[in-house]
Amino acid sequence: MSPRVRYVVLVAVLAIALALPFLVSNFRVFQFTQVAVYAIALLGLNMLTGYNGQISLGHGAFYALGAYTTAIMIDRWDVPYPLTIVTAGVLCLIAGFLFGIPALRLEGLYLALATFALALAIPQILKYFEHWTGGSQGIVLSKPNPPWGLPLSPDQWLYFFTLAVLLVLFVLARNLLAGRTGRAIVAIRDNPIAAQAMGVNTALYKSLTFGVSAAYTGVAGALSAIVIAFVAPDAFNVFLSITFLTGVVIGGLASISGAIFGALFIQFVPNWAQEISKAAPWAIYGIFLIGFMYAMPFGIAGAIRRVAARAALRGTAARA
Amino acid sequence: MEIFFQQVVSGLATGGIYGSVALALVMIYQATDVVNYAQGEMAMFSTYLAWTLMNAGVPYWWAFFGTLVLSFVGGLVIERIVIRPVENKPILTIVIVCIGLLVILNSVAGWIYSYIQKPFPSPFPPKPIMLGTVVFGAHDLGAIGVTLVVLAFLYAFFRFTTLGLAMRAAAQNPTSSRLCGIRVGWMLAIGWGLAAMVGAVAGMMVAPIVFLDPNMMAGILIYAFASATLGGFTSPGGAVLGGLIVGVIENLVGTYVSFIGTELKLTVALAVILIVLVFKPSGLFGRAAVHRV
Repeated sequence: MSPRVRYVVLVAVLAIALALPFLVSNFRVFQFTQVAVYAIALLGLNMLTGYNGQISLGHGAFYALGAYTTAIMIDRWDVPYPLTIVTAGVLCLIAGFLFGIPALRLEGLYLALATFALALAIPQILKYFEHWTGGSQGIVLSKPNPPWGLPLSPDQWLYFFTLAVLLVLFVLARNLLAGRTGRAIVAIRDNPIAAQAMGVNTALYKSLTFGVSAAYTGVAGALSAIVIAFVAPDAFNVFLSITFLTGVVIGGLASISGAIFGALFIQFVPNWAQEISKAAPWAIYGIFLIGFMYAMPFGIAGAIRRVAARAALRGTAARA
Repeated sequence: MEIFFQQVVSGLATGGIYGSVALALVMIYQATDVVNYAQGEMAMFSTYLAWTLMNAGVPYWWAFFGTLVLSFVGGLVIERIVIRPVENKPILTIVIVCIGLLVILNSVAGWIYSYIQKPFPSPFPPKPIMLGTVVFGAHDLGAIGVTLVVLAFLYAFFRFTTLGLAMRAAAQNPTSSRLCGIRVGWMLAIGWGLAAMVGAVAGMMVAPIVFLDPNMMAGILIYAFASATLGGFTSPGGAVLGGLIVGVIENLVGTYVSFIGTELKLTVALAVILIVLVFKPSGLFGRAAVHRV
């Protein structure tokens, strides 16, 4: 895609995103807020899995950590919610970095299991520390009202708030990945030995990528706690982590826009499946999954990239 | 001490189940380089087939072997139809297709057979066997025995038959195998068929204990995955032993470490596995992966 086309597409998407909450019902707004939240989490996971080549089946754990950090801070100490999101991000950055250190020794499947174990353990651990987490009852929060007397419903305000966070994080991720650091991260995925020979500190970069990835997912978790206004251990089960990985692969590995496509998929396709067949909705969902992978083995973003490349090629051929 | 032995024995019993599912996982991994996330659901579906046969009045062992044949064919067909189109695609694409398969099988089983638990017969006598004061469930012992028999068969198959040799060759070096006249694609399909068969055995051994329902394998698959990793994904014997170790650790920790109890025992079992992995990154019995640079 030429820079100009890309610019036009970007502005158009942004315009639609800004107009959306005034065009659809409050429930739909809530759903799109969820899409934005998922997109942040998927972008985080994509940095780790798509760009750095480390598979994680445990990002639900960091999502949970972020969500509970926010919920506990608001519930216990009445901390303003924007502050809790930053705290959740920092906490997950540290947790992810620390988890990334033992993960250095593991590759592929074994790393997948290690992270999977993390995802499995989370609901049990949350229930165990009942005093802080409210056990299986969870913690109920209230949705914040829009500030400065803005004429918005709480759902609309949360949508814009989440969208703003999403934009900031996406720009940051783009700059991180487009520069020297990004090249080092990708080099480690493609050939760790060559990367090391070129002077990349692979151990440090891998653990840092884990940390940043966890921080993104943690921020998403924190936002989800505020948007849904409720946290409970069973919402953070293994399937959440698997859903994240599905979203990343469907959206397109190693692609920033892929996070949005993946988020749309994991938010809306299960609902459609439910509408198509009440008897066996998950069978329909499975068929969707497999069908998408047949049609677009490199994800939605990969397919778009391919179509654009082909169009560009035809353009040059016509001019020549 | 009695309690200790009793806990070890019941740990071995559940461990045998984890081991047999882990064995099926390792089988597919060795034959195709894919970890099949749908393995548990395939086993569950096979068990439902067995249940259907038995309900129609077929005697246990006839139904047992009939199910094995059906499962083999089923595994073969699934590989040919579902997996083949993405065979040479990135590994994560295959993983997602397997997850798709998992939800389809689970949902279809629930649709056909409903989510109500069904009892499933055991071929072994219900009377427990006493050794001193320690009680062995006949079914538990039988299940471990069956797992070991399957392991022995697989070992013999891969070690002594031409087909087994061809399958190993196809997995290790597809290009050279193709040049030697081995039909690599079909070897993969047979690998899936065999794994479906092993899974069917595991399913029929689990069902009398946990009862038959579409979600019966979810928890077990997780433990099986852990067992296979602990034993090493390249070692079938290691997978079975890994299963037994996981079963025993889980039981002992649940019994003896009081603040952990039953709520955190999964967490602790997984933590133990992680610690092992940090020191032995390819599992206890796995070969370290060697890469050509």
